[in-house]
Amino acid sequence: MTSVAQSNRYRYDGSDPLSQEELVAAARDGDQQAFEELVRQTYVATYTLAYRLTGNEEDARDVVQETYLRAWKAIRRFRGDAQFSTWLYRITANTSSSMTQRRSRNRADSLDDQGSEVIDERPFANPEASSEASALHQRLSEAVAELPPKLRAIVILKDVYDLPHEAIAEELGISVAAAKVRLHRARKRLRDVLFEERGGVARAV
Amino acid sequence: MRCEDVALILPRAVDVGEPVDESVQHHVNSCLTCQAELAKYHKLLKALRTMRHQLLIPAPGTLAMTLAALQESQERRAIRSLVTGRRGAYLGAIGGAAVAAGAAAAAVALARRRAPRLAG
Ligand SMILES: [Zn+2]
Repeated sequence: MTSVAQSNRYRYDGSDPLSQEELVAAARDGDQQAFEELVRQTYVATYTLAYRLTGNEEDARDVVQETYLRAWKAIRRFRGDAQFSTWLYRITANTSSSMTQRRSRNRADSLDDQGSEVIDERPFANPEASSEASALHQRLSEAVAELPPKLRAIVILKDVYDLPHEAIAEELGISVAAAKVRLHRARKRLRDVLFEERGGVARAV
Repeated sequence: MRCEDVALILPRAVDVGEPVDESVQHHVNSCLTCQAELAKYHKLLKALRTMRHQLLIPAPGTLAMTLAALQESQERRAIRSLVTGRRGAYLGAIGGAAVAAGAAAAAVALARRRAPRLAG
């Protein structure tokens, strides 16, 4: 499990590979092949976000599948004023949120400060990140994974993926004020975990 | 303003452009403890941003299942439009025959025009 097969070639009649913008434009015109190529190019990133939000492989895979089905249905409405990746992240966030709520209802669980933890045990897809991923990053990943789902989703979408508060609130079905409160709580918790004093020595990020 | 009060504000204050009271600003500027605390939040945010580039290897079958689901949905859509289109052509033909032979011929022509689209 060292590499991810990703094709970046999509040629019409032997011409140069199409850029992502061209693929998006073709997909908006109903070209399913172009959309499938977009899936190949972006599914690793989508999966990564889905896994970080849901915390397990099976749900992440389902979220990826549903995200692209929704995206294909909605792509005509994609105006191109946002990046395609950002647009996909929003759909992924919305899909993950719905799935988490559904799953938690099924388990008669609550989404409050209890619940599933993301155990970040998936291997890294990009070796350069893997080599950079020292203990420091591993620890941060674990700390994020251990956050309650509600706090985790916000900190991932805002501080990792840089989505605006308004977009996060919309996709998660909460108010902007609630999104901000959760973000600050999440940051405080992460700070406490990562910089807690042990034997008088702070653990630095 | 005490360090404990500032500590509550820092998770918000670390954001660029977030309005912060002058009293808080003044305290942080003159308090090494709070400056160190603020530095922790800066480090935290910097580290969080790097997580975006740490891609995970998807579970086996993720891509294949997604592409299969897309193709299946496309096929269902094609079947739906085939059924809808046929019903339209059928009703058109019935209506046309009931009215006049000329109208019926037009309905058949309509159905024929639709045929290639339906087949595809
Ligand atoms: Zn202070």
